[in-house]
Amino acid sequence: MDAVIASLPQYWDGFLRTLYLSVISGIIALIVGTILAAMRVSPVAALRGFSTFYVEVARNTPLTIIFFFAAIVLPRLGVKFEQFEVAAIIALSSYTAAFIAEAVRSGVNSVPVGQAEAARSIGMTFIQVLGFIVLPQAVRTVIPPLINILIALVKNSSVAGAFFVLELFGYGRKLSNDYGDQVLWILLGVAFFYLLITVPLGLLAHFVERKVAIAR
Amino acid sequence: MTSVLYDVPGPKARLYSLIGSAVGILIILGVLAIAVTTLAQQGIFDSERWEIFYGPMAPDVWSLIGQGILSTLAAAAVAAVIAFPLGIALCLLRISLIAWIRIPTQVVLEFLRGMPVVLMMLFILLVFATGQFQAVVVGLTLYNAAIFAEILRAGIQSLPKGQREAGLAIGLRSFQSRMSIEFPQAVRRMLPSLVAQLVVLLKDTSLGYIVGYEELLRKIQIMADFLGPDFLFPAFFVGAAIYILINLTVSRIAILIERRGSKKAAGGMAPMTIRTGLEGTGNDPVAQNVVPGAENPEKK
Repeated sequence: MDAVIASLPQYWDGFLRTLYLSVISGIIALIVGTILAAMRVSPVAALRGFSTFYVEVARNTPLTIIFFFAAIVLPRLGVKFEQFEVAAIIALSSYTAAFIAEAVRSGVNSVPVGQAEAARSIGMTFIQVLGFIVLPQAVRTVIPPLINILIALVKNSSVAGAFFVLELFGYGRKLSNDYGDQVLWILLGVAFFYLLITVPLGLLAHFVERKVAIAR
Repeated sequence: MTSVLYDVPGPKARLYSLIGSAVGILIILGVLAIAVTTLAQQGIFDSERWEIFYGPMAPDVWSLIGQGILSTLAAAAVAAVIAFPLGIALCLLRISLIAWIRIPTQVVLEFLRGMPVVLMMLFILLVFATGQFQAVVVGLTLYNAAIFAEILRAGIQSLPKGQREAGLAIGLRSFQSRMSIEFPQAVRRMLPSLVAQLVVLLKDTSLGYIVGYEELLRKIQIMADFLGPDFLFPAFFVGAAIYILINLTVSRIAILIERRGSKKAAGGMAPMTIRTGLEGTGNDPVAQNVVPGAENPEKK
């Protein structure tokens, strides 16, 4: 227990870095994922094909492999990172974007057909139909799964700890080395900080689901 | 493919779409070409780098890779086999009518679901001083049992109320009604999510790399360390390809099961199906069986 109290500064540092990784990767993944979803339903065959391929491959690749590629293989190929955080953000956001694309796409599918038909019948183009009519309505259905994906993202960021980034899990490994006799408390401390992020997000997802979910 | 998002393209739009496709393909090819030439300049494609896979070293290399695949599959299989019944048990406790069983279970489930799997593995490895295999299996089991429990609970809650009421009305006890009336329907209804979670479990075995379990990725790294840095890329390339192939295969099987399941369900007991006119676009579990809050609670 004293080890936990003694290492509170490290915990805090790790906590902030976990948040930082999650927020930055989350924002990038949201943007890229939405673009991928739009490509997936677009009239241009090449875009559809690319998006489908990307989503399928990224969803079936273990995150550890992506991290290994970004943090160990890429530097050897000459892509050097000043900080390993960059590699972690690339890995996390490229992985998460695929899941977000899938969620957004199923949200688009959940919007009643008549909406898009009505929009088209008044002469809107594809971009307008998607941007003004379909996506704003899809957001409602998509938010709960999106929050779940973001929770998974926070937990997934722990993989970065194994690839030279000192976030919560990284500190957990380091501290459990330093205080070999108090591993239990050290790791419970790490778990506590993760729950500090994931449990409120989970409650939020639950709340939003009840509030926003509309029976169509 | 029917789509309602845009009009059936006329000649002009088709031309634009064709041009767009061509440009898109050119851009992708261009990026690939740049990547390939940069790699080639570093001698990645020199035959001696890839010789490990067919030269005199090949039997050793492949047997190492084979061991890696086996230990990956072994961890996944053992974890899945234990996690499923444990998930059912947790689900039963979670929906128990007795508050002092239900609420602690809920706390435990939230705890298990809110933690990174890799942290659990490390915890088991260090605190209980187990071997790596046990750590990976127990970590995966606990996490996935919690997810299975949540999926099953969502399934049971999505059943019409009358199912349970009818069970109780014909004199079944609460537990009997759960086991013989509600669970079978919930499992069938949630089969797509359950199988999807199995794919996640398989993917998560790669986290064993972090706690030092000698699964495929770790074997690849051991191999690259032994052979020298020149061989890192070829070894990684082959390892990643194998991993992705295995996962894609299991995902395909999952989709097949899902299709069959949804047909059966449509014949027997109607799930809440929302027709969107976009079903043809792909395999979309969410559009086929819409159960509020049930689609794959943890996407990983």
